[in-house]
Amino acid sequence: MAENKSVIGTKNKKGQTYTDTWQLMNEAPRTPSFYTGSEVIKEALRRASCDVMIAYPITPQSEAAALIGELFAEGYIGDYFRGESEFAVMSQCAGAAFGGARVFTTTAGPGTMRAMENFPMWAGARLPIQMIVTCRGINSPLSIQPDTLEIAYLLNTGMLVWHAETAQDFFDWILKGYMVSEEPDVHLPLALCCDGFFVTHTKDVVNLTPADMCLPPYDPYRSPVPCMDMECPPVRMMRDPFIMKSNYISYATHASWQQEVWAAVERSRKHTIKWLNGLIETENADADVLIVASGTAVSQGREAIRLLEDEGMRVGLVKVKALRPWPGEEIREATKNAKHIFVPEFNVTGWLAKEIKASIPNSERVHAGPRVCGGMTMPPEIIVQEIKTALGMKSMSLAGRGS
Amino acid sequence: MIKKRLNIRMSGLGGQGAVTAAHVMAMAANKDGKFSISNPFFGAEKRMAPAESYCRIGIERIYDRGELVFPDVIEVFHPQVITMGKSYTMPFYSGIKEGGVVIINSDMPLLSDEDVQRLKDLHVALFYIAGTEIALEIAGTELSTNMTMIGSVAGITQCVSMDALDQALQERFGKKFVASGGTASLDEAIKKKFAKKEMLLAKNLATMKRAYELGVEWAEKNHVELRVGNPAVAA
Repeated sequence: MAENKSVIGTKNKKGQTYTDTWQLMNEAPRTPSFYTGSEVIKEALRRASCDVMIAYPITPQSEAAALIGELFAEGYIGDYFRGESEFAVMSQCAGAAFGGARVFTTTAGPGTMRAMENFPMWAGARLPIQMIVTCRGINSPLSIQPDTLEIAYLLNTGMLVWHAETAQDFFDWILKGYMVSEEPDVHLPLALCCDGFFVTHTKDVVNLTPADMCLPPYDPYRSPVPCMDMECPPVRMMRDPFIMKSNYISYATHASWQQEVWAAVERSRKHTIKWLNGLIETENADADVLIVASGTAVSQGREAIRLLEDEGMRVGLVKVKALRPWPGEEIREATKNAKHIFVPEFNVTGWLAKEIKASIPNSERVHAGPRVCGGMTMPPEIIVQEIKTALGMKSMSLAGRGS
Repeated sequence: MIKKRLNIRMSGLGGQGAVTAAHVMAMAANKDGKFSISNPFFGAEKRMAPAESYCRIGIERIYDRGELVFPDVIEVFHPQVITMGKSYTMPFYSGIKEGGVVIINSDMPLLSDEDVQRLKDLHVALFYIAGTEIALEIAGTELSTNMTMIGSVAGITQCVSMDALDQALQERFGKKFVASGGTASLDEAIKKKFAKKEMLLAKNLATMKRAYELGVEWAEKNHVELRVGNPAVAA
């Protein structure tokens, strides 16, 4: 039976007080701490009332996965185990979530790709699993360095996809993510992405909520579909799946269910706006020249804006926080007066620029770059150069510097 | 020269503690009330392979991340960075800003006349420190070489105080620290070199301090001034 009395204000076995999440995130005192992104993931999990974490090593998420193992040893995680591969991990996550657990996992690059089959399955099964994706190169020749190409593959899985800029985003969004994912009218998995190394291995100041306060536990009875009882599985699904039938009703079921999954992504919009304070963030959006970016490219954009400011040029910024649901309307509004829109990206194909072009009028305003890939860094100087070149301004040659 | 931001690139080899050095520097800067960020850059972890780390210290919030392409200071932890090209950029000083500083751990000069001239043209000061010898002499292990690299850059630029470095060192090695398996085993290795943890901290601090003093002395003698601060106030 579902609990009919609130646990808010009561303590868990570690002595943490279950706290209303809105109060925890917005009103509780914060302590500045100087941590790596991986340590921050651990600290967020300490406060997440997580039932199951499943781990498999792959750089750059291994450190976070190992740290959460420490957390399990300390008694903060219900259960923690290692899978045989990313495919196994994501399948095991599904099992745990089917059973009614709040589930967490982390992956990266080739691991994300290997496990890909599971993601539309998670979304179709309406499992509110949270997966941290610390993006890295996925192609051969092998790279462990940051590259955001894998996000492009996640965009059409039916998962919610957010792209964190900093470790602070990570800390807040891990906790807020469960609140959005677990809403009965959403109940979808969340891929919470960041650029590996730039966030996971960077030491930065992060403001943490008190360690003795934690999220209310997951209530599986808020699921819009019955949670799986392994003693008594739903036989029509298991023994007589729709795939066995080639008739109108099976096609109609599949079609309507896919539409329902994407309708749930749409319904997450209002919750995401509430918890993330909007799907995008803007600064000086009335400027003629805008940088629109997500993840670390936002940070590099901020530095480029400073450099241009020193030269007397005003450039605005749009930080895209959520990719699914897609903030098309917000971006259309924010860019309506811009004459030039630059989209710096850490991947070869420029998937963000494509999405933006498809969402706004006069899309020739979009300059799909600068782009770096394969683990290269994007110094702010090359964003400055890209902007100046496109505007027909003189810029210093970067190639010859110092050599 | 007073700059709003000091960008330090540390080029070393796997196992030398370049990543740890950048972390300790950034932690110390944070304790000094400055803004700082550190991050590493390496391939599959293995000893003697190129490994770089970056420490950015400034007077305003730092967003910039990743490989430092245009550094103010370059520290070379091992001669092979230069002699065997174990560097992410060729030459190793590629991208150095005018008026910058190059600090090399070597007991003998390693640069060609051409390299020396190029650095001179960019008004880059060149400082050799026999870091490994100092580490062996004071701490009794070459594993403390990274301490001399921290100390020398702190002494030359005054970007962090010795007091903050002491605190940062205690925070990093005074308690259990979990990172990758490789880092954990290196931590264990260095702990075994010292009878007690207090000894590890004291000797590493002493190593760092010696390099700091050498850095201060050299900067004074050669009139090298590269500081983090507010240029507007300084002017």
